[in-house]
Amino acid sequence: MSLSVKESTLGEILNKYPFAAAYLEQQNLKVEGRENMSLNEYLSSLSEDEIEERALDRTALIEGLESYIAQMLAFLGEEEQKVSSLSILSGADKSGEPEGFDDFTIRTGEIIAIVGPTGSGKSRLLGDIEWVAQRDTPTNRQILINGKVPDSKWRFSTSDKLVAQLSQNMNFVMDLTVEEFLHLHAESRMVENRDEVVRKIISCANDLAGEKFELTTPITSLSGGQSRALMISDTAILSRSPIILIDEIENAGIDRKKALSFLLSQEKIVLMATHDPMLALLGDKRIVIKNGGIHKIIETSSEERAMLEEIEKVDRKVQNLRASLRRGEILTRESF
Amino acid sequence: MNLVTVSGPPSTGKTAVILKTIESYKKQNVNVGVIKFDCLYTDDDILYEKAGITVRKGLSGGLCPDHYFVSNIEEAFEWGQKEGFDVLISESAGLCNRCSPYIKDVKAICVIDNLSGINTPKKIGPMLKSADIVVITKGDIVSQAEREVFASRVHTVNPGATVMHVNGLTGQGSFELSTLLYDRSLDTETLKGKELRFSMPSALCSYCLGEKRIGEQYQMGNVRKINLEES
Repeated sequence: MSLSVKESTLGEILNKYPFAAAYLEQQNLKVEGRENMSLNEYLSSLSEDEIEERALDRTALIEGLESYIAQMLAFLGEEEQKVSSLSILSGADKSGEPEGFDDFTIRTGEIIAIVGPTGSGKSRLLGDIEWVAQRDTPTNRQILINGKVPDSKWRFSTSDKLVAQLSQNMNFVMDLTVEEFLHLHAESRMVENRDEVVRKIISCANDLAGEKFELTTPITSLSGGQSRALMISDTAILSRSPIILIDEIENAGIDRKKALSFLLSQEKIVLMATHDPMLALLGDKRIVIKNGGIHKIIETSSEERAMLEEIEKVDRKVQNLRASLRRGEILTRESF
Repeated sequence: MNLVTVSGPPSTGKTAVILKTIESYKKQNVNVGVIKFDCLYTDDDILYEKAGITVRKGLSGGLCPDHYFVSNIEEAFEWGQKEGFDVLISESAGLCNRCSPYIKDVKAICVIDNLSGINTPKKIGPMLKSADIVVITKGDIVSQAEREVFASRVHTVNPGATVMHVNGLTGQGSFELSTLLYDRSLDTETLKGKELRFSMPSALCSYCLGEKRIGEQYQMGNVRKINLEES
């Protein structure tokens, strides 16, 4: 680091590393009027009472700022590591039996479905991927990225996670409008052209959702479909994670097919735990999980693909009935 | 024996995280015991017992829970040694969000949850700021974006910590956490002479001694007045 935290004034530090403002802000330190002081001078200017009162630790605060700046510089300077493939090398199931495959590679732009009963080991598979297991987890699997043993940074980095997860019963809980919320997320990802990114996310989300929403809509009052659309759009555009795990997408208020192709267009690898034939058959392959291990990997057959078209037809019919009901109409055999 | 101190605000899922983590140790034949500190009531000891884990509990009752913790942790540690544990996990709730019953050279873990609001990391004192590992729970019920924002806030408050997501229900992440807790080479021989990472609040006033009446004439000792003049 070219600027020493101990010797520089807060003004100099913020000038050189504007992001350091977030650190000082989160530590409840007010820089205004103290730009000519170093952090050490600022902390020394506080009375013992105040230090005690606010539970501050001088040494830890200074060391924290040093390490925060170093980590952020590394994050910003780092070129986004492109993940183009993920390989799973087989391990064993709960009984210690070898899994029903040798190795399996998934490339960006592919959708893989995961099927199997609850408790069969889906979480563990996902855990192995997130932790980039190196034969050091209960399944003894090994995960490769781009065909190689990956950098261990994937394990511990807060800002670079390998997997982004969209689970079924996920909600927005913050008390913010869509715009404020997206700005906050963009800020935490250190994105520069925030307004543009926020606009893009909203327009994509509105494209996926049946009903449109506004920048000023509070996120907690979005409908189920709108929430799912916003989550998918936000994850596709703002999350750096190259792998997206989806735990079922409910079939209401969102164009799921469009959502998936949107994720794929952002060069993501999509893993999808689902038992909905319309989604599962969209995948190129499906992983069957049994007794904690991967039992087998099935390629979607041409017969299944042909069936998918029929299933979609049936689904469209049901969707039309739903729309008719919403409009207050009486259903007739002809409308089916 | 390794000592691991786990703390965090009430209801964040400390017990669930510890239970899932110990599950992974069972398969590795690592013998783990738990000492649970709480204030007035806890039945977490029953949960531990049900899972076949040796547990003792201590209720601070009328005392400041963290003062109670620090005056009893040495005895608890000796109990753990006698029991022959490889790891003793102490679990305690951080009730005023300020203190941390963390000890220098003893692994410290803070458990907080995604539902507590994005300004929570800022509000929690040394309990979060001086932890070695911060475990974030309840990630399955909030959006990916909120998880990312929350984790980045935690990282800003404590840049030195390893931040992990653990799901206390499914156990996702608990195996990974278990690999970070136990290290045979980090065995602690005794707690005698070790120091807390941060001092506890100096509170000794008439109310500590049982005073109930309100009014300046009843206030003695360490009393500080609120400033209502400035905003």
